[in-house]
Amino acid sequence: MERFDVAVIGGGPAGMAAALAARAKGASVAILERDDRLGGILNQCIHNGFGLHYFGEELTGPEYAKRFRDKVLADDGIKVYLETMVLSLTEDRVVTALSPTDGLVEIRAGAVVLAMGCRERSAGAIALAGTRPAGIYTAGMAQRLCNVEGYLVGKEVVILGSGDIGLIMARRMTSEGAKVKLVAEIMPFSSGLKRNIVQCLSDYDIPLRYSTTVTRVTGKERLTGVYVAPVGDKMQPDLSREEYIPCDTLLLSVGLIPENDLLTGSSVEMSRVTSGAVVDEYRQTSVPGIFSAGNVLHVHDLVDNVSEEASIAGSAAADYAAGALSASPTLPVTPSNGVRYALPQRVHTGEGKVRLYFRVDKVYRGRTVVVTAGGREVKRKKTLVMAPGEMQYIEVDKSLLTGDVSIRTEE
Amino acid sequence: MERYDIIVIGGGVVGTAVLRSLSAYKARVLLLEKASDVATGASRANSGIVHAGYDAEPGTKKAYFNVLGASRFPALTAELHVPYKMTGSLVAARENGLPALKELLDRAEKNGVKAGILSAEEVRKLEPNISTEVAYALYAPEAGVVSPYKLTIAQADHAVVNGAEIRLEEVVLDLRKEGDEFFVRTDKGEYVASYVVNAAGAGASAINAMIGEDAPEETHAVGDYYILDSQAAGVVNTVVFPLPDEKGKGILVAPTADGNVILGPTSRKVPHDEAEVNAVTPEGLALVREGVGRLIPSVDLRKVIRVYAGTRTAVGKDFIIEESTRFPRYFMLLGICSPGLTSAPAIGDCVAAAAAASLGLEKKERMLPLPPKFRLTEADSDTIRDKVSADPAFGRIVCRCEKVTEGEILAAIRSPLPAHTVDAVKRRVRAGMGRCQGGFCRPRVMEILSRELGVPLSEIRLGEKGSEIAPYEVKQNYGKI
Amino acid sequence: MDTTCIMCPMGCALTVTEQDGKVVVTGNTCPRGEKYGVAEYSHPERVVTTLLKTTRGGVVSVKTDRPIPKDKIGDFLAWAAAFRVEGVVVTGDVIAENPVSCGARVVATADYGV
Repeated sequence: MERFDVAVIGGGPAGMAAALAARAKGASVAILERDDRLGGILNQCIHNGFGLHYFGEELTGPEYAKRFRDKVLADDGIKVYLETMVLSLTEDRVVTALSPTDGLVEIRAGAVVLAMGCRERSAGAIALAGTRPAGIYTAGMAQRLCNVEGYLVGKEVVILGSGDIGLIMARRMTSEGAKVKLVAEIMPFSSGLKRNIVQCLSDYDIPLRYSTTVTRVTGKERLTGVYVAPVGDKMQPDLSREEYIPCDTLLLSVGLIPENDLLTGSSVEMSRVTSGAVVDEYRQTSVPGIFSAGNVLHVHDLVDNVSEEASIAGSAAADYAAGALSASPTLPVTPSNGVRYALPQRVHTGEGKVRLYFRVDKVYRGRTVVVTAGGREVKRKKTLVMAPGEMQYIEVDKSLLTGDVSIRTEE
Repeated sequence: MERYDIIVIGGGVVGTAVLRSLSAYKARVLLLEKASDVATGASRANSGIVHAGYDAEPGTKKAYFNVLGASRFPALTAELHVPYKMTGSLVAARENGLPALKELLDRAEKNGVKAGILSAEEVRKLEPNISTEVAYALYAPEAGVVSPYKLTIAQADHAVVNGAEIRLEEVVLDLRKEGDEFFVRTDKGEYVASYVVNAAGAGASAINAMIGEDAPEETHAVGDYYILDSQAAGVVNTVVFPLPDEKGKGILVAPTADGNVILGPTSRKVPHDEAEVNAVTPEGLALVREGVGRLIPSVDLRKVIRVYAGTRTAVGKDFIIEESTRFPRYFMLLGICSPGLTSAPAIGDCVAAAAAASLGLEKKERMLPLPPKFRLTEADSDTIRDKVSADPAFGRIVCRCEKVTEGEILAAIRSPLPAHTVDAVKRRVRAGMGRCQGGFCRPRVMEILSRELGVPLSEIRLGEKGSEIAPYEVKQNYGKI
Repeated sequence: MDTTCIMCPMGCALTVTEQDGKVVVTGNTCPRGEKYGVAEYSHPERVVTTLLKTTRGGVVSVKTDRPIPKDKIGDFLAWAAAFRVEGVVVTGDVIAENPVSCGARVVATADYGV
């Protein structure tokens, strides 16, 4: 049994940032990464848009990852296990993993940071009707095949979902010689960054249809086309208005789900809204010593925020392992009136500031975000526009948090 | 022209059962399958139920082979290392359904099947989540669930281990008998055989027509299925049926042998040229949801990980399992719909015995066993440690959701009947059958196949020819954008 | 014109007008946004990220080290389709200098063959 102060599960942007932050506090650290290199999903994100806030430079995914990877690999105090898959995690922080070089690895950790990222919703998860030919992919799978392997999945493409991955792949496919015929979005607005709507769709005259979904697919060995239909308020497609679009490729960008399988059966409190753990501002879950950060906690839009969040978690995990993390009671943070969720869901009162991250449930223009504690307003912030696809935050003074916290929007 | 003692046409659960039973004899046997793998037809997309046998009409071939086949499952699945669970089954009925249940009980008795009628209270002990409207149920403790494609594949592998040959991607174009010999012409060559078995599923009637035998009218019915995440397991413990109707056994809720939950099937008639399309319809899915809601209302449909459809082929009310009188030594298997999977082992033995008697074949002293395969999810820590230090590929997990290692995938590719497509690998080791449905592992499985088969990634197929997954190289845009 | 700033994922909604011969930008929250609005109005340009094939049969991810004129993107991608990278590449290596007169260097964003 190996021992480390902090074990980080996942070596993507969250894992690397958490590991470095824990190291900065003097902890001994292990990273367990299932791929053959560090970097996580960034390794296949060859587009730019990363790091403007964190580094003050605009980087591509691999460049952003490299900044962290180089620091991690240069640090003797971080043991990196590659091609290593964590099989189980106990509540007293024993991590069991499988590795080709080390066989079954067992680590007893002072603290654990969960940084496993998220997975994509599949065709099955949306109960897509029709046949089962080749030609249907999640956007991330097509991205990996393209950017890492150098292969294009098809030539005539329809994309379901205007989330960022779908938008990015619309541009990627187009610039590699494919024709993207349509991006269909089931909601009346896009969940992707505005920048991507402009740079990936408008720039290439790729049509975007809101309140539209794909109902079924045709084709035996290979996709021959899809039926699209408008949806009503209840997200139900109007099958009487199906329209057939011939194509050989359907990319699905229909949702990301935090990869919390390791926590199945554990007593870690989960949020049904985020599908991630319920945490305090240190990103500690309801099980002491287990922390969570990055997409496994809640799906982010900017990797910069992932790095910030993971640094908080890594630093606190090191403190916990050293017995230096405060265990004072926490106050709940309750979202309402337009705020779909807020994180952390619990905060300590006391010194310093805390950023409450949140997402709204639809597009709001000119609203004000209001935070109250114990019934009294402690902060308000006017905004120009807030969209569900763009994570927001508001910073509050912890010393002002004298009672239960609420965060809501006002017109 | 290659010469065989027996040629089997069709590599479904029935055809491979026949081949396996034949491989116990000293004979040259060959199976011809038109698709890229065995178990690509109805054998791949059915409910996976081992029926107890109360449903079949007494005196029919369905009843006979169902009951006999069901009795073989515990030993057979253990021998072939195929996932199987004797879960028992319930036919659930409301108050007014009691007479119908009594009829099924009567049939059970006539067929020699253990069954009894339970009260609502007793039903709820077995199935706490069953609808409160259920007043009675017929309980058959010996029903079970099995992985139909893993069974098919294991039968095929076992047959190959014992000397049988299987040729994939070979379509039978013509079949004729001249004197005592059969001539089988495929798209790849011609064969001569002393005995032919038609196990061609949805194409069986057409094979009959080729040789000049009566080609009975086939009806094809498509059924839609939901598969739920293994996290939904536990919502049912047995196979729960509603009362059967004229379309069939109805929409069931059952655990699968691999730990998921299966819902379905519906029954939608399709013409012959659509018998292999297997399209799920939104209407069919709605019917499944409706049916499930009436049986087990607490089933959480948000846990769906996959929907798919399968087609079953029937020829009237019973199986056709008989040697042709017009063409002796031509054995016909037609309309092997439900309970075809359950019947398969018994059909295999019956056909093999008939062929052996007819040809005077000598039985081998014993069959070579099918070696078990290492499964990470079933191994203990010491076995895992030893396995990984001997071969690091077993320490590299490729399918994260189902915890399938590279070593297991390589073993599947190198099976007695090798896997050469992504779906063939999936059927053998479950890579891609978990909640992310291959989102993470498919590119990696493709890489492994590309390396093992020595072909570029662009040639790696999902299944049949034309199903290449990433067929183009990047940078084909030589013109301006 | 109305456009969306793409200098960072904030995506501020910009309005660009001409007043007394000067280009005026409103809606930005940082100086880069103002610069972008003016540029997008007078000379729209984009950083291009793509893959280049290598002589050894792999791919390496690259970017232009500065934005290039929007109307040069087609030519640039055609050049990228035909170009082959030789040998080992380290992140930051200059792969090509001003191809198709796009005005930028092409720089590797990942290591290849290392």
